[in-house]
Amino acid sequence: MSPPRTAHPYIPSSAPETQEAMLDKLGIASTDELFTSIPERLRVAGELALPPALPSETELRRYFSETLAGNTSTAEHLSFLGGGCWGHAVPAVCDEIAGRGEFTSAFQGLGGASTSGSYQALFEYQSLMSELVGLDVTPLPAYDWAWAASTGLLMAARATRRGRVLVADTAGGERRRQIAARMPSRIELEWVAHDPGSGAVDLADLEARVEGAAAFYVETPSYLGYLEPELDAIREITREAGCLLIMGVDPTSLGLVRDPGDVGADMACGDLQPLGHHQMYGGNAAGFLSLRFDDTLLGELPNIYLVAVPTVRAGEHDYFWGNFESTSYATRGASDDVIGCGSTMAGITAATYLSLMGSTGMAELGEALGTRVSYLADRLGSLVGVDTARLSGAPFKELVVDFSGTGRSPAAVNAGLLERGIFGGIPLEEDFPSLPGCALFSVTEQHTSGDIDRLADALKEVLA
Amino acid sequence: MTVRENFHQAAWQEPLITELGSPGERGATVPGFDGPAAEPLAEDLRRSAPPELPQLGQPQVLRHYMRLSQMTLGHNVALDATVGTTTPKYPPVVNELIARSPKLTALHPEQPPETTQGLLELLWELGECFKALSGMDEFALQPQGGAHAIFANVLIMKAFHASRGDDHRDEMISTLATHPTNPAAASAAGFKIIEVPVGPQGYVELDALKAAVSERTAGLFLNNPEDTGVFNPEIDRLADVVHDAGGLCAYDQANANATLGIARARESGFDLCHFNLHKTFGAPMNLYGPAAGAVGVTAELARFLPTPLVVKQDGRFALDTDRPESIGPIRAYLGNIATLVKSYAWIRALGPQWLPEVARVAVLNNNYVQQQMEELPGVSVSFPDNHERRLDVVRYSLEGLKESTGLGAEELNNRVPDFGIPAHWTSHHPFTSPEPLTLEPTESFSRTDLDETAAVYRRVVQEAHDNPSLVATGPHRSSVAQMQPEALEPGAVPPATARLMRERRPRAALEVAAPASGPA
Repeated sequence: MSPPRTAHPYIPSSAPETQEAMLDKLGIASTDELFTSIPERLRVAGELALPPALPSETELRRYFSETLAGNTSTAEHLSFLGGGCWGHAVPAVCDEIAGRGEFTSAFQGLGGASTSGSYQALFEYQSLMSELVGLDVTPLPAYDWAWAASTGLLMAARATRRGRVLVADTAGGERRRQIAARMPSRIELEWVAHDPGSGAVDLADLEARVEGAAAFYVETPSYLGYLEPELDAIREITREAGCLLIMGVDPTSLGLVRDPGDVGADMACGDLQPLGHHQMYGGNAAGFLSLRFDDTLLGELPNIYLVAVPTVRAGEHDYFWGNFESTSYATRGASDDVIGCGSTMAGITAATYLSLMGSTGMAELGEALGTRVSYLADRLGSLVGVDTARLSGAPFKELVVDFSGTGRSPAAVNAGLLERGIFGGIPLEEDFPSLPGCALFSVTEQHTSGDIDRLADALKEVLA
Repeated sequence: MTVRENFHQAAWQEPLITELGSPGERGATVPGFDGPAAEPLAEDLRRSAPPELPQLGQPQVLRHYMRLSQMTLGHNVALDATVGTTTPKYPPVVNELIARSPKLTALHPEQPPETTQGLLELLWELGECFKALSGMDEFALQPQGGAHAIFANVLIMKAFHASRGDDHRDEMISTLATHPTNPAAASAAGFKIIEVPVGPQGYVELDALKAAVSERTAGLFLNNPEDTGVFNPEIDRLADVVHDAGGLCAYDQANANATLGIARARESGFDLCHFNLHKTFGAPMNLYGPAAGAVGVTAELARFLPTPLVVKQDGRFALDTDRPESIGPIRAYLGNIATLVKSYAWIRALGPQWLPEVARVAVLNNNYVQQQMEELPGVSVSFPDNHERRLDVVRYSLEGLKESTGLGAEELNNRVPDFGIPAHWTSHHPFTSPEPLTLEPTESFSRTDLDETAAVYRRVVQEAHDNPSLVATGPHRSSVAQMQPEALEPGAVPPATARLMRERRPRAALEVAAPASGPA
């Protein structure tokens, strides 16, 4: 079907007058003549089975807003969902910068000057994230946390020329599956167990596996929410075996909690979502990967990092790709890894967030989360049959809550909470078989004591 | 058409944020808590020294990043047909507003599906659109960009062969004109790469492919049109060659803007394909992502798609994770939701009548610019033996200009931004023609925009002849002056952060890595 003889607002040269003038200039009668390289047998037959156009903004907005009305969001219900996507406060300035069309409509470009503002902002991202994690270099953001973690593991395998990598099994189930999906068959992936009482890494199991391993990946706080208590011992064990240490961290913890650089980690990774991004159904996940500087490791980095390059004007810098030649853009099939579009814009939003918060804000955030999770543990722990001390570690902002003493499954508890306008915690048993009847409850700095009281009161009703 | 003689890009001389502010200033506060105080965190778990982050008031933070945004020539402010192969097009403002609804932004991915029916419905409908536009049978929306989608397709091929006990297929075929992420993704998944050269027409010829396939062939990855704008009319016959050898065919549809509603993966005989939503489907480029790559496959391969998938059951929408042969999740949750929703809004704003017009006008615009570019001395079109029209892009060669003036594609990029146009794209590696320059004037540009773009090149080529030093020493009116990479200290750690710039540390050797114990 041919389009109506009027222009579409997104396609200026669909105006019949313009199009005819352009065709005349090319000496052809119709746009059909532009496609003679596509043989008839390769053409689509008939009209595409697509829903009808919503040609005006009014119709378009109405359709989307009416359809989205079928959602009930965490802005309407009280939510204790976390586990890798969190409802932290998003400063208004982050929304403003994240929405700047100058940035979002741009391709980062390969020419420096014309997009140098975005390059500078990203160089600042590299600088601020490196400060936060205490490591030297943070390349541009990757797809997500698991991609960053597996990139670190693959880099370690190449740098050490070893074919086996270790992952603490306190990483999230989805993240473990993502890492497993990413590993090529030449890499052997082993899980390191945790102590079922504390939720911490089982050091004996680590010692039993560490010999000949390229790297050990451990999260702190773990998916279960607890800060790893024996980081120095982990570093010692891995260092003696020549095994690199990669720490998965929650960046919201690092104003308060010991940073990977201080631990002596070789690399660190995590998610940028909690730094100024909305939850967006998990859509704003964005991975960061940082490393301490050394030539070998940096040479294995598949991701682009920017460097400050002096310009011909005294004292002025532009910021540009520091390692194009070693990325798969240049090495193609000779690389062991691949990069493409990552999560670059998320870096600018994260830099904006860290600039607003500063070290004081980040420290206060860490304290604010600790205070709330502690109150959550007290309130829920006082309910009959509910155990908030199932694991003995120090929780950061998430807590394992054991309902097995109540005779109700987490799913049944959540159904009762949902009726009361509350999203309860994520059931854990499927990914953590040692934690039957348990769920992961998460708080942010946006929770008030009243919110936590409301949860406790609702639980009391549900469990009655 | 005249060029913007007095253009000057914003040049704020903005210091790094690490150099701004004063002790005690802050840009945000954290809400207080009226409950009981917690026990302080144990000393050995605490950070020993605070991170060195900016101390800056809120207006200063805003102003800083606003200034940097002004020093960025995005599509919304500039004629960026110069960033060829990225499909620079208008990301509609209304879609940005739709994606800011709290009904979307405040959704958590672990919410029960009965509370996210609206979003799941949109995602399901988007998948149906991609099925129609590609002819494939099922789609997954999880990958977060083109390379990520290609990687998913490599894993699907691997899983398909493994499911048949066919474990000896360890070679993946691509072409030297195909985007580098295709061979790289296959290599990352452990395949050996065979890159077939392109013939004088600019595409892989049947005999060249026949020579490359064998019983070790897992599959084929290529673009069509390739990043040169050349369409391979033998594409279905290439697919036959690979199928006859027992391999699968994946269509990299990064350049689908030229064929939208006109030619599809299905009719070309391909088994898998992917669309780049941040290119073809009007979602923002976001500099370099977050983006999205939707993966489509034939019914036979659907069981290997990454999970979870959005499915429709009895009029309700659900997440299907029960696919035992799935390659597994390759991205957290359901993918880049904002980009997916914006792409769907873009499709609905056009509908079945206007979508093919997108391709038609994009190709018209490209040919219109080509006519003016070819008039410039020293500028030619790559693969001159191919007399067919180029589709979405033209891969120009400035070889003649370089020979007569000493200035080629890289050098011209010093001057182009002085007229308000972002620096241009040359070519992916390897260069299949000398001094490459790739323009992609999509359907978003008006005839006047195209005339202005061509006028800038007319002017810069003229200057290359008349005043080469003016070109060579540019930019003169951009945000910053020309970089001097040779001024970097070779013996120092690369200045990749403000701290490393300050400290100028010498390079150090790896202390942790173990001695070689066989290839990893």
